Amino acid sequence: MGASDFSKLPHIGESFLRKEDYRFLTGAGQYTDDIDLANMSHAVFVRSPHAHAKIKSIDKKAALAAPGVIGILDGHDVVDAKINGLPCGWLITDTNGQPMKEPPHPILAQDKVRYVGDHVVMVVAETLEEAKNAAELVTVEYDVLSSVVDVRDASKATALHDAAPNNHCYKWAIGDKAQVDAAFTNAAHVTQLDLVNNRLVPNAMEPRAAIGSYSRANDEYTLWVSNQNPHVERLLMTAFVMGLPEHKVRVIAPDVGGGFGSKIYLYAEDVCLTWASKKLNRNIKWTCDRSEAFLSDAHGRDHVSHAEMAMDKDGKFLALRVHTHANLGAYLSTFSTAVPTILYATLLAGQYTTPQVYVEVDAWFTNTAPVDAYRGAGRPEATYLLERIVSRAAWDMGLTQDEIRKRNFITQFPYQTPVALQYDVGDYHACMNEAQKLGDVAGFAQRKATSQSNGKLRGIGYSSYIEACGIAPSNIAGALGARAGLFECGEVRVHPTGSVTVFTGSHSHGQGHETTFAQVVAARLGIAVEAVDIVHGDTGRVPFGMGTYGSRSISVGGAAIMRALDKIEAKAKKIAAHLMEASDADIEFANGEFNVKGTDKKITFGQVALTAYVPHNYPLDKLEPGLNETAFYDPTNFTFPAGTYIAEVEVDPSTGVVKLDRFTAVDDFGTIINPMIVEGQVHGGLVQGIGQALMENCVYDKETGQLLTGSFMDYTMPRADDFPAFTLGHVCTPCSHNPLGTKGCGEAGAIGSPPAIMNAVLDALAPLGVKNLDMPATPHRVWQAIQAVNT
Amino acid sequence: MKVEITVNGRARTIDAAPNLLLVQAIRENLKLTGTHVGCDTAQCGACTVILNGNAVKSCNVLLAQAQGAQVTTIEGLADADGTMHPMQSAFKDCHGLQCGFCTPGMVLSAIDLCKRHPNASEQVIREQLEGNLCRCTGYQNIVKAVQQGAAAMKS
Repeated sequence: MGASDFSKLPHIGESFLRKEDYRFLTGAGQYTDDIDLANMSHAVFVRSPHAHAKIKSIDKKAALAAPGVIGILDGHDVVDAKINGLPCGWLITDTNGQPMKEPPHPILAQDKVRYVGDHVVMVVAETLEEAKNAAELVTVEYDVLSSVVDVRDASKATALHDAAPNNHCYKWAIGDKAQVDAAFTNAAHVTQLDLVNNRLVPNAMEPRAAIGSYSRANDEYTLWVSNQNPHVERLLMTAFVMGLPEHKVRVIAPDVGGGFGSKIYLYAEDVCLTWASKKLNRNIKWTCDRSEAFLSDAHGRDHVSHAEMAMDKDGKFLALRVHTHANLGAYLSTFSTAVPTILYATLLAGQYTTPQVYVEVDAWFTNTAPVDAYRGAGRPEATYLLERIVSRAAWDMGLTQDEIRKRNFITQFPYQTPVALQYDVGDYHACMNEAQKLGDVAGFAQRKATSQSNGKLRGIGYSSYIEACGIAPSNIAGALGARAGLFECGEVRVHPTGSVTVFTGSHSHGQGHETTFAQVVAARLGIAVEAVDIVHGDTGRVPFGMGTYGSRSISVGGAAIMRALDKIEAKAKKIAAHLMEASDADIEFANGEFNVKGTDKKITFGQVALTAYVPHNYPLDKLEPGLNETAFYDPTNFTFPAGTYIAEVEVDPSTGVVKLDRFTAVDDFGTIINPMIVEGQVHGGLVQGIGQALMENCVYDKETGQLLTGSFMDYTMPRADDFPAFTLGHVCTPCSHNPLGTKGCGEAGAIGSPPAIMNAVLDALAPLGVKNLDMPATPHRVWQAIQAVNT
Repeated sequence: MKVEITVNGRARTIDAAPNLLLVQAIRENLKLTGTHVGCDTAQCGACTVILNGNAVKSCNVLLAQAQGAQVTTIEGLADADGTMHPMQSAFKDCHGLQCGFCTPGMVLSAIDLCKRHPNASEQVIREQLEGNLCRCTGYQNIVKAVQQGAAAMKS
């Protein structure tokens, strides 16, 4: 079935209320920490209090004698057990042709610690309190070394790893430098901009948690873990770290309280619990404190960039030249190396016909928590840089922010960018026009005058983003350094009575797959949404899966289910043909009924399902009984959601307080299956993006490397009263290469919104002469920027 | 020490150390795991319960302080036949939840909010939800749900 036929089916485009909500609303959700196994013990990790230090000694004697202690493990035990370090899933090749520097990432520190929060010792005791008390008795002696937290200082700092002198991980580049340089020579105007993309802490509301369990009877491990991709977790842990046979390890990601990227990765704690469950022969639970999460979850962003845009006299973009320093933190987290390269620089053509783009990235180790994909992963960094310099260029050229964008929008598809991607479809003018209409841009001048009469400065900011989702064609990803495939798997099990259970490799941790995917199946088979259940998050039940990240679930996971449904239909047609004594080719299937073309003969999907399992009258010589199909889907291209966001802010020049007054988001996600869920995804993404722009900032002390924003008291989380209601709109150009026409919607809000906000703030401050400002635009920063131009 | 407490209408006696927090008693002793712990600084509100008629963060109350108290957790809101409280229904109708982790605390705070401000404006609702963090929804549909829930609670 093609995407355009699919979009016309019943239930597609219907805001079906979520099937999963009842359990969450009645307290019946089951998150990892809610699971209570018999014989449970509890783990606590002793973490490094120093940003960089040599471990002189670890004294466990007193702790081992403490009440309730079952075992205490450190880096020496890891070496004895021959457990490898954590792998990095993406190999980046340096511009010098050598592979990136890939130092070991031990699950418990060996000889050295490299950031505050680095895991040093695991203490397991009968109760959590006993484990905490015993952890206090572990004495670790350190020789403190000098540390570095700012990526700009990394090259001059004490090396973290022997394998990476000068703390340099790789230099990577994309684009034709000579052509770009030539374009700059001939440009009528060049706009330059220095930008910092601030470090963020993901802060899913459920802190990470895991339970390790081992059965001697079956020689099997089970790991419950708050994770976005249990099969990937299992693959990495068994094949790369522990050397266990995969079929002896079951990973279950039950209800997961948000991820936003931070729960994609294989973390040291997960391996420690799995390993120790056998070594100590106990079920072991670990639940992260929030303070511990701040220290040890993978962080996001942290780029420092210089960008230059060359233009002709009419503001047509001729070339973009970018240099970025990316902070990878102390170790390479699972997908960290792909974020500032493949997922970033390839998006720097944006929605524009810029013929030449050259991007150079230097990635560095610092004494900070590992940095990896966080909602958007590289694409927010690209969008922020591009949309900031585009608005700056408009102001430099005396154009409006919308006009410069309209002059440069791509209008012909497919479009091959100079940075590897080929956009299949889009309508950027339509998104812009719709956003300007919904945002009442026509009334802006009047609102600005009103603000002015109240002593306030009003500004408007635009951002026209594009992102690459539906990650990814495995062959392309492989050529770019991915060490895994990026397909998805779905199994459709039709029961004898015609109801259906679907097993998907896409994990749901808030996205509502149990509803959206059920709508897809119900629509395709012409049955009730209630007759379909979705199972996810368990390697023991789901055949395989690559998991949820990069807004890939519906476009890759949903497409795999569609493939399986195609197989179900094909087999069911044969059964129907047999029952109605017709040829297979004459059977049509629509609205849950099979009929013989040109006749009134028909039977229902339920009758066929029953026949498949009660094959009394059945072509057993040609066809197996049963109706159960599995499919793997590997996409042929990325999908390209795009849109235009418009922010309007009011700044109080006497205090620097920025009030977000209006925010309009128009997105093109292709086919939308459940508008209610899609809008919810956009709302959430917007708040994370606006949070980055106005309040969130992860700060380490430059001297000591201590995390200064280590709790909700210090790190500003967006709250309900920080926002107005958002205005959303949609444009639809269906994705041309998957069977649903969908593009993905999970990250757009976080990708598109930060530059819209910052452009609005800078537009408001323009009359005062403020030309540049880094996120977050807190009152303190805005006030300082105003004072700086006043003096 | 022994503490007598009524949770969701059922009288319970909990024998616990004096430093046991109410949230630990609810989750670990009574196995009511719908009340969640999302932070360690009394900021996130995921552990919110109704204690003697007021929404409180149960991570910030000792069990001992709840001697003789009436406590309602998220498990105690729906009718015996499973019919949800109007505020729970409103959260479902308005898509006021995604991952569900903050939801129990959010719903209990919302019920308390509506009792104290039966005619709350959108702005008042947003301000009153300051003590509950949600990382998924962007709050917009939570606000909508509280408005709908408030109306339903009045009728």
